[in-house]
Amino acid sequence: MADTALQRRPRLTSALGSALQIGLPAATLIAMLAVIFWIRPSAMSYFGFTLLFKFAVPLMFAALAQMLVIMLGDIDLSIGSFVGFVTCVAALYLDEAPLLALVILAASIAVYAGVGLLIHVRQLPSIIVTLGMSFIWLGAAVTLMPGPGGTAPRWLVAFMSWKPPFVPLPVLIALLTALIGHLVISRSSYGAVLRGAGANPRAVERAGWSVRTIRCAVYAAAGALACLAGLTLTGLTTSGDPNVAPAYTLLGVGAVILGGGAFTGGIVSPVGTVIGALTLALAGSLLSFLQVPPTWQIGAQGAILFLVLAGRILFSEHRS
Amino acid sequence: MRAIPSANREPRPGAASPVPLIATRAVAKHYGAVRALVGVDFVLAPGEVVGLVGHNGAGKSTLMNVLAGTVQRSSGAFCYDGAEIGAWGAREAQACGLRCIFQELSLCANLSATENTRIIHASLRGLGWRRRARALITAALDDIFPGHGIDPDRKVAELAIGERQMVEIARAFTQTSVPVRGVILDEPTSALGHTPTEQLLAHIRKAAADGIACILITHRLNEILAVSDRVTVMMDGAAVADRPAAGLTRSDLVAMMGSIEAHGGTGRAIGPAADGAIVVDHPGRDGADRPICVRRGEIIGFAGLDGHGQRDRLRAIYAATSDVPVAYVAGDRGAEGVFPLWSIADNLTIRSLKALQRGGFVVPGAARALAEQWAARLKVKAPDVDTPILSLSGGNQQKVLFARALASDAQVVLLDDPMRGVDVGTKQEVYALIRAEADKGRSFVWYTTEMDELSNCGRLYVFREGRVVEEIPGAQINHARILEASFGGAQTGASHG
Repeated sequence: MADTALQRRPRLTSALGSALQIGLPAATLIAMLAVIFWIRPSAMSYFGFTLLFKFAVPLMFAALAQMLVIMLGDIDLSIGSFVGFVTCVAALYLDEAPLLALVILAASIAVYAGVGLLIHVRQLPSIIVTLGMSFIWLGAAVTLMPGPGGTAPRWLVAFMSWKPPFVPLPVLIALLTALIGHLVISRSSYGAVLRGAGANPRAVERAGWSVRTIRCAVYAAAGALACLAGLTLTGLTTSGDPNVAPAYTLLGVGAVILGGGAFTGGIVSPVGTVIGALTLALAGSLLSFLQVPPTWQIGAQGAILFLVLAGRILFSEHRS
Repeated sequence: MRAIPSANREPRPGAASPVPLIATRAVAKHYGAVRALVGVDFVLAPGEVVGLVGHNGAGKSTLMNVLAGTVQRSSGAFCYDGAEIGAWGAREAQACGLRCIFQELSLCANLSATENTRIIHASLRGLGWRRRARALITAALDDIFPGHGIDPDRKVAELAIGERQMVEIARAFTQTSVPVRGVILDEPTSALGHTPTEQLLAHIRKAAADGIACILITHRLNEILAVSDRVTVMMDGAAVADRPAAGLTRSDLVAMMGSIEAHGGTGRAIGPAADGAIVVDHPGRDGADRPICVRRGEIIGFAGLDGHGQRDRLRAIYAATSDVPVAYVAGDRGAEGVFPLWSIADNLTIRSLKALQRGGFVVPGAARALAEQWAARLKVKAPDVDTPILSLSGGNQQKVLFARALASDAQVVLLDDPMRGVDVGTKQEVYALIRAEADKGRSFVWYTTEMDELSNCGRLYVFREGRVVEEIPGAQINHARILEASFGGAQTGASHG
């Protein structure tokens, strides 16, 4: 038997690899911005950034929620319709009966935790349970509000159109969430346990942790982040709509994978996910700037997503 | 042979301590009707090193899982440090300073060694936890494996298998708020090279001198003899012998594992159809490995400890055999045996579709007839062959997998430990069928982890460390001989006469 300690690969490739994981989506984002600024130099301004990225804010929160679930090796197909449900609750009650709205939101976060508990205890596939939940959330939203309507509270709209000095609001929120996410998930001692639970739940269980509690807590956190996505979206659209955000489910998954996450669980990057969400949000604008006809835009957006993901897989295979 | 500084070992005061660290009385564990532990009395004194040996399925790992709290015992008493313990879980074991290095690695591959260390230490939190964890694991690695060269901030997935094992061992010896009292090492050296193994054994002695008790499970008997104060032998879910290690030899250990239950029985006589035509002739992978040769109508057994290369060799034979039709009966039903959504008939005929087709379409009547014929011959207990396979019991599912191989045109059938977890009645039926088929001229290559099954075989190949080390003709098949070959006998590399 050979002495295994001798068969070590240089550390450089590993550092380079993790730089690429974040670097690739970041490079894509910068390339897209460069094209936009080249076509329309006036977009390179405080106002331009605000306009380009304001709809990235709710998507970013939805993607981070999805990231937490993917971190455990699960997937959440209900985020899109849950965000729609939250916009309805916010537009209907947050202005007139804020307490009721908060109770509903808190209860829905508890439901999220319950979904995590159900998936864990019954060993059900999360893809099935959350697919079912997506219809439940949509049904609940349609019951509250059959079509677009309601009004967002003034303070919420005001917050979303707030212009902080020097840094545009979407950029500020992106920086803050990426920083907080990085500290909590990638750096903190509990983050290590959470990522460990996603990759090897038995090992974490054997070390004396309750994976059931972990799963409940993580699902609840995902629900809370999805609530933030719904609230910020209501602030932008100033109304509620059950069908406003079905795309968030899969765009969120795309953002997580783009940002270096993996479906196997335990491998996620909050910074990468935020950059991924910004990239996907920008893809739509880029196509408008390139004057791609609206009928082609959805397909072209898919093509961009495909190219970037394929590039990421090529790079990660090249490494190993 | 390993040179371990063990000769000048003297009994420590800890070994005679009146309060044992661990004491179990009649601990039993059942999985349904399967009795993994039948009532084990086991004692571990503070600072004592106990070697635990036994053949496959003797219950060693189950006992360790019970002690580590990852498996709940069905009955029996368990005292830790003098206190009677009721419910005992992984959390309690951790909190009492009892650590376990499991047989399959239990590190999180996506985390670094530093982060993996944090997982087992609840007190490593708050600002600067990463620095403290890194210092802890680096110190443990340096202490146990000087010159290891492992970067504690690399992901475990990027480490070689031996390095991962070193990280897991070092992690078990790290200490924060709770002092380490006992460490269970289940096959810790299987992936280690020569130097790290010696370093580990030396460290176990050192830890014992500091009052840390160790339980060492390994099939490498030299290692047991080098470090243990005491050796416990397990067999069929019970501790059958318990001796001080001083003065024991390898052959003593092998004898203790085998001679307690006199398994008589010689191999089966070669059937009438064994006319000498060779159907499989598979060369060994190198000079130290023996070629495998199977004649028509023979039943060949693959013996040896679990996971010593038998399965790989079966697959190699399967891949290399092209001149005669060959079939493979999987042992891991769920992973590579059944098609879970299909009926019995579909599962049974999949191997024979080529014979059942006409013009590219399966002839439904023929397929059904074949399925019904073989389901009846194997006495598969089901209303009809359209029953979903998952509604059958494990033993009946296994019968369908057997029928799949036997209904086909295969002349050579490879059996990958297929009777694991199957009830006795089914086993006897299948044994009889295998013998009958062999008499008709079919050849079987049978890997089994159950010693008793080997008596159905006409000839054995014993595996050790990935190679065939001994060939035992039918007349000489007995328990002791197999054990001796599996463990390397009194001296390693003994040639067979």
